[in-house]
Amino acid sequence: MSEIPILKIGDCLLVSIQVDMHDRLAMALQDDLTQRIVADRARGVMIDISALEIVDSFIGRMLNNIAAMSRVLDAVTVVVGMRPAVAITLVELGLALTGVRTALNVDKGLAMIRSIIDKSESADAHRDG
Amino acid sequence: MLIETGETMPLRNSDDVVRVRQAVRARAVGAGFSLVDQTKIVTAASEVARNTVDYGGGGTLRIEVLRDGRRTGVRLTFIDQGPGIADIAKAMTDGYTTGGGLGLGLSGAKRLSNEFAITSTPGSGTVVTLARWK
Repeated sequence: MSEIPILKIGDCLLVSIQVDMHDRLAMALQDDLTQRIVADRARGVMIDISALEIVDSFIGRMLNNIAAMSRVLDAVTVVVGMRPAVAITLVELGLALTGVRTALNVDKGLAMIRSIIDKSESADAHRDG
Repeated sequence: MLIETGETMPLRNSDDVVRVRQAVRARAVGAGFSLVDQTKIVTAASEVARNTVDYGGGGTLRIEVLRDGRRTGVRLTFIDQGPGIADIAKAMTDGYTTGGGLGLGLSGAKRLSNEFAITSTPGSGTVVTLARWK
């Protein structure tokens, strides 16, 4: 169990990373989130990184993995709140986070998750009907 | 070139990697680095520190604040007595990894630094030196 709380809001899970994560903590969060997506039948995952002062290749890989795992489990992951200096550094590091959806803040992230879930549900309804 | 301050820190595990990030941040702030420059050198430090722990079997980091005329810089020297790197050119290639990572550690750290040097002797260890100037 990681020390980072995972909050459930409707059919979404919200994680706000407020600590400087060591590598084992990042791995634990990745495992916990994957378990919780299934246990809570979550459709969306929002990860708030506004408190993170750096994102290095290890944390970047964790974000990529969470996005990929949630996709396989039929959930949408959105990373919100990346600081500008972190974004500049990430790109120069060579990490584009191509598989990860991002939004500027929690409000925009929730709206993005909502719209993706609604679209996929209306596509399902259309197909089933 | 003048070395204004220096400190040496142990690098044994991933908790030490976090401590190194915080210490490098404090030195970069003290040297008057901009937020982007702080973020770049802290990220580079995190990448190389993880390599020292994961591949070098642990080691040490020396952090120095440098003054060269009107320029201020931070220099980091990572030393381990691990197995060393047989092919440095290959280890510096994007995407190359012998572990489970993305293979961006050394190549990414080099891109985030103004100066970067690596020397390694198979069987006796690796020294990575990087510097960023304000």
